[in-house]
Amino acid sequence: MFKINSLWRKLIVIILLTIAGAYISLPSNLSVNIHQFGLNIEKNITRPALNIQVGSFRFFRDLNLRLGLDLAGGSHLEFEGDISKIGTEDQASAMDAAREAIERRVNIFGVSEAQVSTSKVGSSNRIVVELPGVKDTQEAVNLIGTTARVDFRAVDPTSTDSTISGAPMTLENTLSTGFTGQDLLRAKSAFDTTSGRPIVSFEIKSESIKKFGDITTNLVGQRLVVFLDERAISAPVVQTPITTGTGQISGQFTTEETKALSGLLNSGALPVPIKLIEQRSVEASLGQEAVQRSFAAAGVGLAMVVLFMILSYGRLGVLAIMALVVYGVLALSIYKLVPIVLTLPGIAGFILSFGMTVDTNILIFERMKEELRAGRSWRASMETGFGRAWSSIRDANVATVIIAFILLNPFNFSFLHTSGPVRGFAITLIIGVMLSLFTGIFVTRTLLRLFTKRE
Amino acid sequence: MDWIKFRPLYLLISGIAITASVYAMVVWGFRLGIDFTGGSIVEYHLEGNVDKSKVEAVIRNEAKDNTKALRWLGDDNLESRFGVGFTQEQAKKIGSNISDIVSVKVDIFRYEEVGPTFSQEILKKTLYAVMLTSIGILVFIGLQFKDWRFGVFAIVALLHDIIILSGTFAFLGHFQGVEIDILVVTAFLTTFSLSLYDTIVVYDRLRESLVRHAGESMYMLANRSVTETAVRSLNTSLTSIFLLLALFLLGGDSIKWFTFALLVGVISGTYSSPFVAVPLIVTWDQIRKSWKKN
Repeated sequence: MFKINSLWRKLIVIILLTIAGAYISLPSNLSVNIHQFGLNIEKNITRPALNIQVGSFRFFRDLNLRLGLDLAGGSHLEFEGDISKIGTEDQASAMDAAREAIERRVNIFGVSEAQVSTSKVGSSNRIVVELPGVKDTQEAVNLIGTTARVDFRAVDPTSTDSTISGAPMTLENTLSTGFTGQDLLRAKSAFDTTSGRPIVSFEIKSESIKKFGDITTNLVGQRLVVFLDERAISAPVVQTPITTGTGQISGQFTTEETKALSGLLNSGALPVPIKLIEQRSVEASLGQEAVQRSFAAAGVGLAMVVLFMILSYGRLGVLAIMALVVYGVLALSIYKLVPIVLTLPGIAGFILSFGMTVDTNILIFERMKEELRAGRSWRASMETGFGRAWSSIRDANVATVIIAFILLNPFNFSFLHTSGPVRGFAITLIIGVMLSLFTGIFVTRTLLRLFTKRE
Repeated sequence: MDWIKFRPLYLLISGIAITASVYAMVVWGFRLGIDFTGGSIVEYHLEGNVDKSKVEAVIRNEAKDNTKALRWLGDDNLESRFGVGFTQEQAKKIGSNISDIVSVKVDIFRYEEVGPTFSQEILKKTLYAVMLTSIGILVFIGLQFKDWRFGVFAIVALLHDIIILSGTFAFLGHFQGVEIDILVVTAFLTTFSLSLYDTIVVYDRLRESLVRHAGESMYMLANRSVTETAVRSLNTSLTSIFLLLALFLLGGDSIKWFTFALLVGVISGTYSSPFVAVPLIVTWDQIRKSWKKN
């Protein structure tokens, strides 16, 4: 017979897991207002984040549920990088450098939880930017999309335009001095001390100070033209050589422009020009309303499931409900711990695996009923029922794992999905199925063994 | 209970469903969302009562030929679809034009723009994934069940469900303007998984019976397997249907048709396991045996 010890031990493990799971599943701020039955409770329960530090090992999770853009609202931008001028060996690192520069720009923009990632689709190199809560994508696109190559150039004395005063400066009639945005240490939006107009003031990297000093010495009395990509934005005449290591770019700028320009300078130029190929923005309130209604609807649906299980299977039904609660709590915890960004297809994956978990329990119960009808004892029916049901459960779940695995494409084969909603579906499905197998074997069976001790 | 006896009835039901679906697909086609065609979708929210035709006129005035479709969701939300080349500035300009002409506050609830090349990929990748999955499933079932027939007919049952779901969307696209987007693709994948899961559970019973009662005919064993799994099948699908029905009737608008698609998928997936997959394998078995005789 069973060692009651090991059984109770398993139950304790289950209870501990459930409590841990429930704790993690709680929202970070829960206000409790109960003014009934003579109780007057008004408390705000805050659940702290998870912060584990053991020596040099640090594990931090803020334990908030991350909602995808389709649920929380925000913008999704996808850019394609033009790598035609870059050799194949350098393409990957160029795209990575571009990704980092864009990430810096996005952070300057001040978007919390923005995600910037690279992806490769066929021969196209992409950068995906997700900005939760940002609705106006135009500004974001403008800021992110400029290559922002800043070049300090001098007028080309050999070009015909150099003799015409007032001729527009272009890349063709100027020569690079070798001093670019890369030589700048830091840029700041400021105001000119004499004219009061907006300018960009910069500090030069220590190793480039001499270079700038030489250039300005050579160009005294001539124009030093500052280019942003192909556009000349400033063309002052050099009065005296600049050896102090600081300087400023002045022109017909507005404060917004100087702020944007200093942001671009600080984040660095993109090594690769990029083009916008897709954008989506969803208003948060729209998403939120839908989410709330759906939660309510799901609550109703779940209540009906509970009712049904109890009506159909009686006390066994209650066991199944307990197992399902453990399942739900653990699933939510995993989503928060990994963390997984939950999207609508992700919820579909969860619903599917939830249904499969319910089914697992039903399969076991039906088999048990069969054995009972054949005249076996409770205990024997349970054991045989479980064993017989297991092969169906295992086969069906493995088949589903195969599907989810291929959709998830964890090895990033480029002919399969490398990003997006389908993967979101696949990951909740895989987690759901594995968790389902676990709760089936561990939780349901233990609960069954403990609570059906009748002979 | 002799389920298999009613084979012709199941064939009739499936036949009608499939024919109707194919008809819907051929005659009405699908409404492809911008995920697959490229272009822009702008959802305008108007505060107050407006003359709808006036609002539409303003839009067409600005976007001209590029206006692909205008769909009113309720009385205050207008979903407008534009072709490739439409910009966000245009969307804002139209918003303020509408506001000027009909004197109500106009908000842009949603703006989505998809480049033309991007859209093709998702379809391609999903198809690859489905093909790869089918091969994987066939191999797995072949190995587990030691009989390739099970795999083949499971896939046939799967196809049956997919066709019906596609037909449903062709129907919905025509009558309700429902578009095929990524969410719909997810619904298809869910149905795919569910149908397969359900079919395997029934087949597993059949396989077990074949081993345990080796002498009996496939016909009898199939009947018994269906009976044995019937209650479980019904109960499981009922729980899913409860959940989905609640979501469909009470949940947010944006997921209404997605939930509906899942509902259709669950019902057809549950139906196809005992009434398509099983009769097929029994019939095949009988055909094979009569060949052997001859």
